Amino acid sequence: MSENGTELLHEVAQSEYKYGFVTDIESDKAPAGLSEDTIRFISAKKNEPSWLLEWRLRAYRHFVSLMEDGDGLPEWAHLNIPPIDFQAISYYSAPKQKPELESLDEVDPELIDTFNKLGIPLAEQERLVGIAVDVVMDSVSVTTTFNKELEKNGIIFCSFSEAVQNHPELIQKYLGSVVPHTDNFFAALNSAVFSDGSFCYIPKGVQCPVELSTYFRINEAGTGQFERTLIVADEDSYVSYLEGCTAPQRDENQLHAAVVEIVAHDDAEVKYSTIQNWYPGNSEGVGGIYNFVTKRGICQGDRSKISWTQLETGSSITWKYPSCILKGDDSVGEFYSVAFTKGMQQADTGTKMIHIGKNTSSTIISKGISAGKSQNSYRGLVKVNRGAENARNFSQCDSMLLGDRCGAHTFPYLEISNPTATVEHEATTSKIGEDQIFYCLQRGISEQDAIKLIVNGFAKEILAMLPMEFAVEARNLLAIELEGSVG
Amino acid sequence: MIRPNNPATPIPLKNITMLTIKNLHASIEEDGTEILKGLDLTVNAGEVHAIMGPNGSGKSTLASVLAGREDYEVTEGSIDFDGEDLLEMETDERAREGLFLAFQYPVELPGVSMSNFLKQAVNSVREHRGEEPLSAGDFLKLMKEKAALVHLDPSLKTRSVNEGFSGGEKKRNEIFQLAMLDPKLAILDETDSGLDIDALRIVADGVNDLRGEDRAFVVITHYQRLLDYIVPDFVHVLVDGKIVMSGGKELALELEEKGYDWIKADTGQAV
Repeated sequence: MSENGTELLHEVAQSEYKYGFVTDIESDKAPAGLSEDTIRFISAKKNEPSWLLEWRLRAYRHFVSLMEDGDGLPEWAHLNIPPIDFQAISYYSAPKQKPELESLDEVDPELIDTFNKLGIPLAEQERLVGIAVDVVMDSVSVTTTFNKELEKNGIIFCSFSEAVQNHPELIQKYLGSVVPHTDNFFAALNSAVFSDGSFCYIPKGVQCPVELSTYFRINEAGTGQFERTLIVADEDSYVSYLEGCTAPQRDENQLHAAVVEIVAHDDAEVKYSTIQNWYPGNSEGVGGIYNFVTKRGICQGDRSKISWTQLETGSSITWKYPSCILKGDDSVGEFYSVAFTKGMQQADTGTKMIHIGKNTSSTIISKGISAGKSQNSYRGLVKVNRGAENARNFSQCDSMLLGDRCGAHTFPYLEISNPTATVEHEATTSKIGEDQIFYCLQRGISEQDAIKLIVNGFAKEILAMLPMEFAVEARNLLAIELEGSVG
Repeated sequence: MIRPNNPATPIPLKNITMLTIKNLHASIEEDGTEILKGLDLTVNAGEVHAIMGPNGSGKSTLASVLAGREDYEVTEGSIDFDGEDLLEMETDERAREGLFLAFQYPVELPGVSMSNFLKQAVNSVREHRGEEPLSAGDFLKLMKEKAALVHLDPSLKTRSVNEGFSGGEKKRNEIFQLAMLDPKLAILDETDSGLDIDALRIVADGVNDLRGEDRAFVVITHYQRLLDYIVPDFVHVLVDGKIVMSGGKELALELEEKGYDWIKADTGQAV
């Protein structure tokens, strides 16, 4: 790489975070600290039934027992995680406003402005684009658009809190059924203190006519965000679900520990897409979000399908493995990921595909792009149980390095207990080619544009999997992330 | 019949000097090995110059140095390109100023579509010239028109740059890009290598269509064969980093017949 090129990559690796503003919205915030009282406080605030409080407390006690065995953080991850003071975090922060909203007009204008700045015009989205949006600011769902359209089809799409009040039987049936609170440290923490999130239920035979989406925003200082998303697709239904996340620029690290659970019954299909753009910290690694998320779907029914697509560009540390349990016969799991890290970011991300049913198949395509001094790891498990006749998996992990101070790592795990399984794994690592850049330069394209072209080309296969409106946003985001001012 | 490095005929079509290379010395940056050892060349607008020479004589290095590849360091001499100091310009600036290199080994850009790539390239050049970017419609029209010149299927616009292209397609793609970017000076680096006779004819026809009084060509080739189709105004023989002999198109035929060893005997140069 030429000297200019190195410099450019340096700038690329340090470009500014665009969403780092703070909104001045009055909020209702719990004092910092974690105890049974905190959990009772949250549960009371949300007017929850007693079974849910008990459920939270069980999770909390498990979390406490894990803390006693050490700090509870995952040691196997290729991450350098500083100790987290769980007593310094506030576990509940809600923008103050009227509890019931008749229409978007009643939403705090500051809030609408916030989402306009993020490029999510709530009002327009409601009318012009076929997307229903649930907005979660700090820990609370602030608005859900497009509800009436969905109601006609019997689709439930609302905040988690509303679902607890209005559909307790569904919540009680499915909550924790895919990710039990004992699953891992952060799942235990989330189960204890989660304050809101999104709930979605698609009835039998219904193809959801619009994209459902949730935008998560952390605003308050000193808070964590702990939301839960639960998606249930009943027999022969289909839904495409989108998730986006941003946070203000702060010097402190903020914790985001979410849980997403998906259940797909017979012949149901769920497509879940994420654009993760939490604040990554500055170029020296100060501040940024710790993104410790447990996402898992179960293909409960025969011929069901769950597909995860993610573009990961934010967070100072990402620890995230959207997974599929392929329980139904002939069920299908997919994981498509682009993870871009720069500065001092660390990402350890990948998937688990657990084959249980017969003739199950899974596809994993992961593209990692590392710049600056960042570390980018793919970690994936393909597990074929004894009874999973004729399971098939294809995995492909490609890494691209921009510059020579970053790292790319691949950790594939295979546990195959059935001899009829077919498992393929391909991995490549490439440095962005000097020849490729020279070729672009010789056609009059600037070095910065050349890098953007080449990186976008590398990620294109995955970005093309995103729903159209999202794909445009994803390409823009990747372009912004790659932005550097060429001297 | 054989002239030293001072071609007097044929008469240049136009007296605008496009490229003046004087006493050019260039080395491989990594180990300092000198490849070009005092090269002189003058190219006027409208002319086609062929550079021939044995393997390792510095032909491709000359192309790389002109285009601005960072692997080479110019240690002495000057290059004037249409009145400007070429060596002061960055690689992309040279391209925007109208210097085009058709690569011997075109580079693959996986996932980057031809239309996206060329749109960026064409609009960078247009912006440099103070022109508005082309509208999507005009751009596609231009692509279609220029692709036809080298018999490229218009469906190539959705294909990734050079990925999965056959050898012949890659070379035709270079000439197609040349046509799209409309440069003042085009350097063809061994464009004939790896082409069968039909592909060679298509490429040559494309180049001949692009000849004009405002544009100059420097055609680098090892074999005379290409020059049957792209007939040069001048032929220069490059040996050991210097042009040791220049002449008209008949010089190429003579080289074909007698081989490069003949130069050695004739000029006392090591080949």
